[in-house]
Amino acid sequence: MKPKLFQFDTLSLHGGQRPDPATGARAVPIYQTTSYVFNDSDHAAALFNLEQGGHIYSRISNPTVAVLEERIAALEGGTGAVATASGQSALFLSLLTLLDSGSHIVASASLYGGSINLLRHTLPRFGITTTFVHPRDLDGVRKAMRPETRLVFGEVIGNPGLEILDLEAVSAIAHEAEVPLLIDATFNTPYLCQPLEWGADLVMHSVTKWMGGHGVAIGGIVVEGGRFDWEASGKFPTITEPYEGYHGINFAEEFGNTHAFAMRARSEGMRDFGPAMSPQNAFYLLQGLETLPVRMDRHLANTEKVLAFLQESEDVVWVSHPNLSEHPDHALAKKQLPKGAGSMISFGIRGGRESGAAFINAVQLASHLANVGDAKTLVIHPATTTHAQMDAEAMEKAGMTEDLIRLSVGMEDSGDIIDDMKQAFRAARKVTGVGA
Amino acid sequence: MKLQVRGAETFATTGGRPFGPKQPTVVFVHGAGMNRIVWYLQTRYFAHHGYAVLAVDLPQHGRSGGLLLKSVQDLADWIPDLLDAAGVEQAALVGHSMGSLVALESAARHPGRVSKLALLGAAPQMPVHPDLLNAANADDPVAYDLIMDWGTGPVGHFGRHPVPGISLLPGGRNLLRMEGSGVLGNDLGLCNDYQSGMESADKVQCPTLVVCGEVDRMTPAKQGLKLCGAISGAESVVVPKAGHMMMIEHSGETLAALKGFL
Repeated sequence: MKPKLFQFDTLSLHGGQRPDPATGARAVPIYQTTSYVFNDSDHAAALFNLEQGGHIYSRISNPTVAVLEERIAALEGGTGAVATASGQSALFLSLLTLLDSGSHIVASASLYGGSINLLRHTLPRFGITTTFVHPRDLDGVRKAMRPETRLVFGEVIGNPGLEILDLEAVSAIAHEAEVPLLIDATFNTPYLCQPLEWGADLVMHSVTKWMGGHGVAIGGIVVEGGRFDWEASGKFPTITEPYEGYHGINFAEEFGNTHAFAMRARSEGMRDFGPAMSPQNAFYLLQGLETLPVRMDRHLANTEKVLAFLQESEDVVWVSHPNLSEHPDHALAKKQLPKGAGSMISFGIRGGRESGAAFINAVQLASHLANVGDAKTLVIHPATTTHAQMDAEAMEKAGMTEDLIRLSVGMEDSGDIIDDMKQAFRAARKVTGVGA
Repeated sequence: MKLQVRGAETFATTGGRPFGPKQPTVVFVHGAGMNRIVWYLQTRYFAHHGYAVLAVDLPQHGRSGGLLLKSVQDLADWIPDLLDAAGVEQAALVGHSMGSLVALESAARHPGRVSKLALLGAAPQMPVHPDLLNAANADDPVAYDLIMDWGTGPVGHFGRHPVPGISLLPGGRNLLRMEGSGVLGNDLGLCNDYQSGMESADKVQCPTLVVCGEVDRMTPAKQGLKLCGAISGAESVVVPKAGHMMMIEHSGETLAALKGFL
């Protein structure tokens, strides 16, 4: 006999929600309220004491946001989630829930630039330091672990190199040291890979990207896996020791390894740091999430067609995507991301920095902007935009080249995307004379 | 809170308040393959309202050591040892599923130690589907999904956990997954083997409440009501739309039933 549990596509539409009990509204209502009336003083005390579930103040929780949280937790196979105002605040909340001054992080060197900034430049001011290791250097990860290491952090699909992190291997290294593995799964979404199933303990997203898909709302989330043994580790007093800031509560004792992280993150982090997601944004993001599976299928199909075009193009020096057999992590990508390794493509344009700038200036359908994972095709040339201050040598150190163009393949007709690139390549040739 | 029971470290949560053995004591006993965590939406209320609470991890469950006990009767005889370790003469027992059998049997075998009895998701017998039993004995994760499927009511399959952000089915699945190898199989086996529910019901002398889930597929409400009918003076509450895991899925209604009784 097989269990009959709702599958991914169904959970994308229904997870965490039933028609509104007050009105029967089929869509998730936007509870645009700061606070919630208590039935009486006993009810108020019960909510503050965590004797029962419910909402007190929308900085801590909100009914619309809670649907998004429960839905994404279900899609990731997690035991709970806390949504935040942005992906960066989800990372910050995760780190500050677990780490203290003196803590050390081992992180992939191939991360979103904003995460690198936080780890390299900001957190050291608060006594939290990070060692960066190339995501393929498993021995380097092991060697970077110290007695004060409290977290290993990486992305399933690296940024901008599109390296695939070996989740089983890295989680084994983290667990050997009795610390959790936090994964930023923004580039893959749970439709392509559920990191918790591969050994990760916490998963975070910028839900601004593919999860929402529409590019209209900023948001983040951290999902708890519920299987890291905080108590056995003994390295996380915020989880396993009484917290005077909340009437001496011991989160591990009360909520177990299953829910201790999420309860602490909400009770302390959302209360004290205040990175709340607005209910309006949660509503927008839920609208996007409803179509995640069909959108991702379209992203993947278009990516395959664009890859085939780029591989044949004489204007392209190199193409990188984990779906391609020549990619160093192709086998690992097939294992961890069997549907496909996402819709980000990196390629090198013939003619380098000058051609890259000309190409970007010529695109008409693709949008030149600093975002990824929109339903629309997005493109950027780091050498003349985000990394314009770097010379070729500095870019190489950062894992980039002057000819690199980063493409986030959208959901338009694939022929239209390719035609736009063809005319932009022609325009670049006219400007630079390369290949003309 | 750590206790030494039969020489083994035994863990119980006290609902966030210091344990006072002179207060009326309530012991919460979890079901098969689970641990103390299933009770947090009831324990914290009682702990903050004048009760001494022990939501215990049974031997080899959660954070408790000791030997994995092999029958409902063995577990029932372990309860008085737990009370001794906590310095409590008499306590109300609240049991869920396998824990309801343990509580029932304990009240029948040790009437002087049990002041009240609340049986949730209970039945005179608990035959376990062979597919589930086989999967559990093989530590096959499909056992966790079968329990979450059958143990959750139709509404619960969509989620809507009472605590914001908590995920109902994955939460339960991971709770089961965290227990050690063989624990779930052992527990389901002893439920399957238990035959003496009606006889023990006849021996219960203390006030008793039976809480049934209206759409419980693991211990159907009619079985719970049958057990209730066999216990002298017992009361019953049927929680509308609730499945087997009513203390999580319908935590408020379950708490209300217990508040009215304890």
